[in-house]
Amino acid sequence: MTLERVVLDGGGRAPLLPAAREAFLAALDEGWADPRRLHSEGRRARALLDGAREALAAAIGARTEEVDLAPSHTAALHTAVSTVALGRRRVGPDVVVSAAWSTADFAAARGGGTRVTVPVSRTGRVDDEAFAAALARPGVALAALQHANGEVGTLQPVAAAHAAARAAGVPLLVDAGASLGHVPVGDAWDLLAADPGDWGGPSGLGVLAVRAGVRRSPDRPADEDRWFPGGVSVPAALAAAVALEAALADLAEADAHRRRLVARLRETVPARVPDVDVAGPDDARLPHVLTFSCLFVDGEAVVTALDAAGFAVGSGSACTSSTLEPSHVLAAMGVLTHGNVRLALPRGTRDADVDRFVDTLPGVVRQLRARLGVTDL
Amino acid sequence: MTDSPGRLGTPPPDRQDDVPSPCASTEPVVVDARGLLCPAPVIALAKAARALPAGSRVTVLATDPAARADVPAWARMRGHQALETTEDGEHLVLTVLLGPGAAR
Repeated sequence: MTLERVVLDGGGRAPLLPAAREAFLAALDEGWADPRRLHSEGRRARALLDGAREALAAAIGARTEEVDLAPSHTAALHTAVSTVALGRRRVGPDVVVSAAWSTADFAAARGGGTRVTVPVSRTGRVDDEAFAAALARPGVALAALQHANGEVGTLQPVAAAHAAARAAGVPLLVDAGASLGHVPVGDAWDLLAADPGDWGGPSGLGVLAVRAGVRRSPDRPADEDRWFPGGVSVPAALAAAVALEAALADLAEADAHRRRLVARLRETVPARVPDVDVAGPDDARLPHVLTFSCLFVDGEAVVTALDAAGFAVGSGSACTSSTLEPSHVLAAMGVLTHGNVRLALPRGTRDADVDRFVDTLPGVVRQLRARLGVTDL
Repeated sequence: MTDSPGRLGTPPPDRQDDVPSPCASTEPVVVDARGLLCPAPVIALAKAARALPAGSRVTVLATDPAARADVPAWARMRGHQALETTEDGEHLVLTVLLGPGAAR
């Protein structure tokens, strides 16, 4: 008997939406050429790329010339930080971020700047008053906040942060990498980063929108693609735009459906598995994300055991990372970091998938605990 | 070639838990979990805590960075109180005050 796979690990890399796959394949034929070339093939690729950028800009609520395409979401974030830090070096070198964000994304701010970290609550929400106070100090080049945290689903107070940033004259970078395509992201940002892989588009692409008036300087050698030298894949760009249009078209429906499934998981998992620490708030959250940790369980073991039972899930436990450092988000929130299971339900996740998961999980955890001899702790 | 069933080829019997005998003094019981990776330091701590009465203090030494988050989280889930976390050279020193739910 082959077990039907259930993918519950859509964060940052969701299964490709059918419309996106179709667009990608069509663009391999129509848009294979280098869009910088002046021949017919090049111009056809250029038209597809321009169309994709225009559609992405419209979906985000930006002007087309404010949107650049990056080789990845990570590259979009790094470039946002490093080019603004360079452009505003006379103001100062510091970058203000919330604690629910990994350090790596801000190593990009060079030049002796300090990463000013603002703490988060037990639910992962940044303290908006502390954030406002931190960015109002002298010497701040940039403030950055996630629209929502992709590990625990917590929505951040971006409107309040943007108002404070505007008052201080500091640009605000909002990372909508886990939000765009799932919830409205609004317009409270000066720079916006987004991740096509997360909304059902292809991987190998990132989006960075920057409002006119944000001072930045290129940190790479001159190139026709000023901010991301070398340009991006035309088929990936087209598929990303098509996927975002499809995602936004059924946003409300996908939101209600997945919110209901996650609510059921939030209730059922701690009821059926003893000693589970569920992270994140009940509301003010992404509709499709849930993280919980099982006491005395090895995160790698629980991912592997669930995989063998047919489920693809993520984990923020240290033993599943190469650095032995646990998830910054869970640690900053004071949530148990070992035995962590991270779910991001892709669009189209069925009730039956969730039912099977909640039927399978208790036995998996019980076995792992029995193996470690911790059942009576 | 001696045939010794129950020795070769079978797992060793469960090791005795490394539980120091509870004593009446106010010195914290020390659990040395250095070199262990998560979730082992928390398991070692929980095993030590099981044998101790409420009001005892337990200190765990750990090199695993996850212990910094996980020891206080375990304490919260079990009704204990995380007192302090310090660093001693290469390892963390975390002290927990056992609550009324101790010895469970």
